[in-house]
Amino acid sequence: MPKRTDIKSILLIGSGPIVIGQACEFDYSGTQALKALKEEGYRVILVNSNPATIMTDPEFADRTYIEPITTDIVEKIIAKERPDVLLPTLGGQTALNLAIDLAERGILERYGVEMIGAKLESIKMAEDRDLFKEAMRKAGLDLPRSGYAHNMREAMKIQKRLNFPVIIRASRTLGGSGGNFAYGAEDFKAVVQHGLDISPVHEVLIEESVLGWKEFELEVMRDHKDNVVIICSIENFDPMGVHTGDSITVAPAQTLTDKEYQIMRDASLRVIREIGVDTGGSNIQFAVNPKNGRMVVIEMNPRVSRSSALASKATGFPIAKIAAKLAVGYTLDEIRNDITRETPACFEPTIDYVVVKVPRFTFEKFPQAEDLLTPQMKSVGEAMAIGRTFKESLQKAMRSLEINSFGFEPKLLVSPERREEALRVVGEKLRNPNSQRLWYLGDAFRLGMTIDVIHQLTSFDPWFLEKIREIVETESEIQTHRGRFGEIDASMLRSWKQMGFADARIAALTGAGETEIRSLRKQKGIEAVFNSVDTCGAEFAAFTPYLYSTYEGEDESNPTQRKKIMILGGGPNRIGQGIEFDYCCVHAAFALKEEGYETIMVNCNPETVSTDYDTSDKLYFEPLTMEEVMNIVDREKPDGVIVQFGGQTPLKLALPLERAGVPIIGTSPDSIDLAEDRERFAALLNRLGVKQPENGIARSYDEAFQIAGKLGYPVLVRPSYVLGGRAMQIVYDDDALKNYMTHAVAASPEHPVLIDKFLDDAIELDVDALSDGEDVVIGGIMEHIERAGVHSGDSACSLPPKSIHPDIQDEIRQQTIVLAKALNVRGLMNVQFAVQETNVFVLEVNPRASRTVPFVSKAIGVPLAKIAARIMVGRMFLSKKRCFRSTNFPASIRFLGRK
Amino acid sequence: MTEPKAILALADGRYYEGIAFGAAGEAVGEVVFNTSMTGYQEILTDPSYEGQLVAMTYPEIGNVGVNPEDVESRRPFMKGFIVKNNTSRPSNWRAAEPLHEYLKRYGIVGIQGIDTRSLVRHLRDHGSQEGIISTLSDHPDDLIAKAKASPGLVGVDLVRNVTCAAPYDWDEGRWELGEGYKRRAAQTEDTKKRRSKRGSFGAPVFSVVAYDYGIKYNILRNLAESGCRVRVVPAMTPAEDVLALNPDGVFLSNGPGDPDAVPYAKENVEKLIGKKPIFGICLGHQIMGLALGGKTYKLKFGHHGGNQPVMDLTTRKVEITAQNHGFAVDADSLQGAAELTHVNLNDNTVEGLAHRELPIFSVQYHPESSPGPHDANYLFKRFTDLMAKHRSR
Repeated sequence: MPKRTDIKSILLIGSGPIVIGQACEFDYSGTQALKALKEEGYRVILVNSNPATIMTDPEFADRTYIEPITTDIVEKIIAKERPDVLLPTLGGQTALNLAIDLAERGILERYGVEMIGAKLESIKMAEDRDLFKEAMRKAGLDLPRSGYAHNMREAMKIQKRLNFPVIIRASRTLGGSGGNFAYGAEDFKAVVQHGLDISPVHEVLIEESVLGWKEFELEVMRDHKDNVVIICSIENFDPMGVHTGDSITVAPAQTLTDKEYQIMRDASLRVIREIGVDTGGSNIQFAVNPKNGRMVVIEMNPRVSRSSALASKATGFPIAKIAAKLAVGYTLDEIRNDITRETPACFEPTIDYVVVKVPRFTFEKFPQAEDLLTPQMKSVGEAMAIGRTFKESLQKAMRSLEINSFGFEPKLLVSPERREEALRVVGEKLRNPNSQRLWYLGDAFRLGMTIDVIHQLTSFDPWFLEKIREIVETESEIQTHRGRFGEIDASMLRSWKQMGFADARIAALTGAGETEIRSLRKQKGIEAVFNSVDTCGAEFAAFTPYLYSTYEGEDESNPTQRKKIMILGGGPNRIGQGIEFDYCCVHAAFALKEEGYETIMVNCNPETVSTDYDTSDKLYFEPLTMEEVMNIVDREKPDGVIVQFGGQTPLKLALPLERAGVPIIGTSPDSIDLAEDRERFAALLNRLGVKQPENGIARSYDEAFQIAGKLGYPVLVRPSYVLGGRAMQIVYDDDALKNYMTHAVAASPEHPVLIDKFLDDAIELDVDALSDGEDVVIGGIMEHIERAGVHSGDSACSLPPKSIHPDIQDEIRQQTIVLAKALNVRGLMNVQFAVQETNVFVLEVNPRASRTVPFVSKAIGVPLAKIAARIMVGRMFLSKKRCFRSTNFPASIRFLGRK
Repeated sequence: MTEPKAILALADGRYYEGIAFGAAGEAVGEVVFNTSMTGYQEILTDPSYEGQLVAMTYPEIGNVGVNPEDVESRRPFMKGFIVKNNTSRPSNWRAAEPLHEYLKRYGIVGIQGIDTRSLVRHLRDHGSQEGIISTLSDHPDDLIAKAKASPGLVGVDLVRNVTCAAPYDWDEGRWELGEGYKRRAAQTEDTKKRRSKRGSFGAPVFSVVAYDYGIKYNILRNLAESGCRVRVVPAMTPAEDVLALNPDGVFLSNGPGDPDAVPYAKENVEKLIGKKPIFGICLGHQIMGLALGGKTYKLKFGHHGGNQPVMDLTTRKVEITAQNHGFAVDADSLQGAAELTHVNLNDNTVEGLAHRELPIFSVQYHPESSPGPHDANYLFKRFTDLMAKHRSR
């Protein structure tokens, strides 16, 4: 059946601001859906409050509302736009919740809006625990066993059916306390009694615990003709008990026999049919008892999810795009597979590589948050890697995280006499899930722990543990070449590279430099090759160049002779670096494609639009490390590389890449360094006669007090060279400074601490500007609503500035222009100012894309990042007056940053 | 420790150096690739792989080891096994031994550590061809010559090598989690009550003779559980002997190689047409095609995997199917003798046939799966429905 012709307009709801558990994957899914729906000729109306998204770019929907996603507002939009249908399954939980509310309040009915994708009953059945359980029972599927008890006798009876541990949840308690575990008969009685006591209805739910069971997910798609396909199976490295968003996950599932996998597949089909998701994608989670294979259904998401984004990137199957097409009436067999072109989308992808996703945490930024992983998600981002084997993929994923890890670096330095203590520490770290557990596994093997012991502590599947053991074992083999790395032979080195060892890791283990290992490798003819992600295990030819590196025989990258620009993406999301930089990278790709260049994207964040295979001409899904980027450069020989759009990640590579002879386009790496290096920067400001708050650099504990004494409290302290205000603090007295210097940072000559005079009662402003090397234009001046000292990323801001006198605004513009010229900016620049009375101070200059670029671009209706990309390839402003009238702003838009 | 080397050489001169695993020796056969990500043990024991060297596209193999349950015949039949990476320490609650031990035990030569993706791309572009795995020789040229000299499987009767020696009855049902293979309930008392019990299934309603061209056990398990008393007979059994048993239906099994190379099978089926309801799978389907006057041809690299989309033309619904075949029925050659019921959506090849009048149908793919999805399992019921209808006449 072709698409529906009875509908003309579609309302799509986005996912709003980024929160933990709901990040840019919904920009990715929304953007795909918008493209798919517009391609079909529908009028699409979009609501999303987050302007830092590609989906809210004006060309994607026919009408875009950057408004809060609340029932009242969306009702007004419905009243005004009168869409025929609402598609709620592509905007995460936010969109789903809103759709439920709109339906339950009768708003959809009142305006005659049909819900497509999933009906209200299905959404509720999937979301409500009791309804879900009931549905699963009806479908004949196994669930964790449980029962309600009203007294100890009933409780004991239920317990007899279950094995320890069990979870005991008191019914109808305020705030729905999470429940307690009982591991044996004694604590069982106590916990049940406590539960009965605190429950107002004297009732407890006793449920079999699946803690430590293996966790699996299946990504399922269904069309309205009831064709159902599994797109991807995912096995969680971390067993049940750690949120899947915080788990290391692996695709496809590794430790299931076909019999077990097919039982899971059959169950998924029954779940999606029983819940009644009409069309689109769902994610279904299972727990498997490793002792006997018993499989229970845990939950299902009747929508595109974080895992769908991962599954799309892992297989090359664009789940969100297909979900949108299915929602408007197509069936799976009517849609072509973009990658193979010849075959339909109605199939199950098979892959000939292993995908590993590793979460990125930021516990170090929040000392008060305990580094303990639980069923509540705590990670802020993730990196995905593709390799031919699990070992290769895992090690690539570890270095994709950009936490300065290139493999299994030891967490502990163990001397033989301290072995007992080390074993105790490692045991502790393995028993309690935490963000560093993967690395402690390396220590555990180095300490001689066996797979059985580690399995006891962690419940990690022995298959994964064996692979890590082999990596650690190979590390000691590599170490035997310490100081004599020149003797490493080609076959040895090749086998290490095939196991995923980074040049940097081999260098660290042999005491060589990374470049020495690289040249040794090149000299021995061991080069990375690039394989395609093709959905079909090479059964059919692939037409979309979506590539990953490995160390095999054949290269499939087929570099062209076209003029090409390579864009380095932002890597995993983290605090201070999120969707905004991906937005800029995507814009660069769009603009340069229009300029006639072949665009090459390099990134490792599966949640993003930039890693969609049709955003750029070529996609390399690779870690953003010197090694991997150089491998691609060597193969593609790009005419230019853009490092200024992806945030701190590619920026760190700017100087080394330039030294390696890579043509960095736009503002020079030296200018970037000039702005980042406090001392060089201060000298520059002095020369230009631009004011900066009084400041100093402390390279020791004592120096810090001297400087603070000189400046006078309060002072702003932070370590040098960081992004996102990590460990930045306002300090009001000696005690606080002492505390900061002892606990937060350790100042040293290599890692100095910056101390600025804190400007009381100052107003902070952010300026985004563009320069083509001759002329400078101001994109926008934003005034922070919060007082100075609140990180700009955490501050609400308004554009244009509300309380700044026009003369001072002119002064700010003037200083911006002077700075841009002095730094010879070609492209984007962001300057942070503080205004105290009539004094203007420069706080920071970033000659690169800033977090505010998407916001400013939307507010003034000018795509700053696109223009910047064009400047970088040599274009000059034509008629800037017409384009960039800074007075021509629309009404101020409130924009909440995040932290 | 140096690992023992092995070489895979192809008839067209390409060769790959890797590491030996499994048995030592040399194995010659047609090199094909399989895209299933799970189920290597079922693949190893599928008699349809007789005479072939099988390369798995999924790179991590051996993860779940080998267990006594997941077998599709009495032993592995493929000649050699080609993988990117074998796991020597498997992990699964049912794992009984590592894969390489099992291969060694059955004398299957294996090679690992080669770039299986480039091999697959090569076979895809240049077609399946003869090859050799050797752990003995380190002279690729000699091996290439041996591969070239191999006659290939066109025109070779491989069924003879794999079919059973004597007839036997089958009584085992499908595998169930926590129960293992289901057994037929004891006939003595109250069968009805027992039918609902887990781990067992009820008394047979139909009698079926299954021609064993290299039959997979899971076909028998499905037939048994669908209510059939199954008598398995050797491939050369004359039609007259089958008819003498007066079954309700006849089943034609899967099997290895070229359908044209087993003329006796075609001749016997010709004699059964019109006499009994017939259901054929894979080679059984091709033989049915031949018996109905059609022709078969060799595919460039065949279909071997668990993700092939097939449309049932009567319902227009798509099922994801398990497939394993190198030959196909030419639709045009049938000239209306049968109608096309199923078609492959990837390449539009024939996947299913039904006689216009007679109770005869066949599919190219594997509704018994194992390994693979269960979407097409309804076909066993279609067979019993057909037998029921035909018997009541």
